[in-house]
Amino acid sequence: MSEEYPESLSASVNLEDKLGVNKYEVDEGNPHIVLLEDFPDAEFDKLIIACPAGLYKRDAEGVASFDCAGCLECGTCRYLCEGTVIAEWGYPQGTMGIEYRFG
Amino acid sequence: MMDEDAFDVLVVGGGVAGCAAAYELAKAGKSVLLIERGTFCGSKNMTGGRVYIHAFEKIWPDIEEAAPLERKVTHERVSMLSRDSAVAIDFTSTQLARSGADSYTVLRSSFDQWMAEQAEAAGAQVVCGIRVDDLIVREGRVCGVIAGDDELEARVTILADGVNSLLAEKLGYIQKPAPHQVAVGCKEIIELPSGTIEDRFQCASGEGAACLFVGDATHGRVGGGFLYTNRDSISLGVVATLSHLADGSTSVAQMMEDMKRHPVIAPLVAGGEMVEYSGHVVPEGGYGLLPKLSGDGVLVVGDAAMLCINLGYMVRGMDFAAASGEMAALTAIEAIDAGDVSEEGLAGYRRRLEDSFVLKDLETFRYFPSFMENCTRLFDGYPDMVRDIMLGMFTVDGTPTEHVKPLLKSCVSEIGMWQVFKDVRGGLKAL
Repeated sequence: MSEEYPESLSASVNLEDKLGVNKYEVDEGNPHIVLLEDFPDAEFDKLIIACPAGLYKRDAEGVASFDCAGCLECGTCRYLCEGTVIAEWGYPQGTMGIEYRFG
Repeated sequence: MMDEDAFDVLVVGGGVAGCAAAYELAKAGKSVLLIERGTFCGSKNMTGGRVYIHAFEKIWPDIEEAAPLERKVTHERVSMLSRDSAVAIDFTSTQLARSGADSYTVLRSSFDQWMAEQAEAAGAQVVCGIRVDDLIVREGRVCGVIAGDDELEARVTILADGVNSLLAEKLGYIQKPAPHQVAVGCKEIIELPSGTIEDRFQCASGEGAACLFVGDATHGRVGGGFLYTNRDSISLGVVATLSHLADGSTSVAQMMEDMKRHPVIAPLVAGGEMVEYSGHVVPEGGYGLLPKLSGDGVLVVGDAAMLCINLGYMVRGMDFAAASGEMAALTAIEAIDAGDVSEEGLAGYRRRLEDSFVLKDLETFRYFPSFMENCTRLFDGYPDMVRDIMLGMFTVDGTPTEHVKPLLKSCVSEIGMWQVFKDVRGGLKAL
């Protein structure tokens, strides 16, 4: 859009609060998404934009991080970056992961 | 040799298509096992969303009385959203409530559980909390599934495992769609009292609205926003095509947040409490994205078969899912009875889909996905253009007002009359 977003409207979204209302059964130590050891920055940056749960992050120093707790199991990262960033994408074990109470 | 205690049919996934298939099979007396990875059917599923009931009524004639439907949609609104404005087509009609042509908002967690209960009551076995890891394939024939250490055999296996059908991919039936063929959706459930919803959307009790937004909802990127009224909540969300989203600088979660704060939308959800945040991928490639639909001992249904249409003013997937589940079941019943569950024996599934609204509608709109994706002015350009025309017509501030014709001319000039003409022609051709 040609117009800039006014600061007041484009308050940065707090996804941790949003994910906090969801119900999860986290499979500790058993991640269902595994990243490659090494990946291009530009590919990872696509996931920062596209992951609806905001699980792909960069800190102030630009260091990339990912944690699949909070995953909505949508598959966005699989479609965008399987093979460039994502080494393995699967579903969590049965009963694990997100449990939608409304859906 | 087929295992002695093999099932007639295994269904992988307890969403719309899987539950519909399991129900029809059980009703016909076939032994059927539905396997769902979530703790209950629906626990992994989300929709915008609304169902067009025709396909469901065919399976469950009493669905309107019996199922946990949210609201009957009698208000349709499509808006072009710019930063500060909305220009809407607002259609309200009692004819939208006509039996057979009616649609309902739903929440999948409760809706899918109801469908699974119907399947169970008809005699299907439903097991939840089990993830299917792989298929048993012998000499090219699918003979069942592998879940952990267990192997389960069946004459026919129905893949209803959703848009990320890892199983259909393993079989090589589907090429993973490219990022321009899929969109990511995210949604908030915002609780509000039912009376407040009826007041805000001018609906009678039990009725509701379906609203789609194009333009600022996705910061001008290809995609759109949606709002559906449930009984005691509002489903508000955005859908953005992955290729266009990933090229931009605004995250889909930020789009969602900004839409919620948009001056046109904020009052609709004011005072509500957000009780769930969900996300899902939508297959938007249309007819061109169809996978191989059946093979030896296997059928692919619903989102796994990419059966979905987004026309901008209408989004459909669940009625296709229900019908495909039903048709897969009818095909499997015939094939099992005839003793031929080979690719040829199951080929009637595709023919059934072709003879029905499912593939007819997908084919009718086969060129729309590429039109929408290429006509980026729909999302960034036209919303501001129509806003400016409306401002010219409706603003009275004491400065001398101009005629409508030069107003139109100046507002259209930025995009250009010829371009507008070409886009309208292109859109009409694709629709």
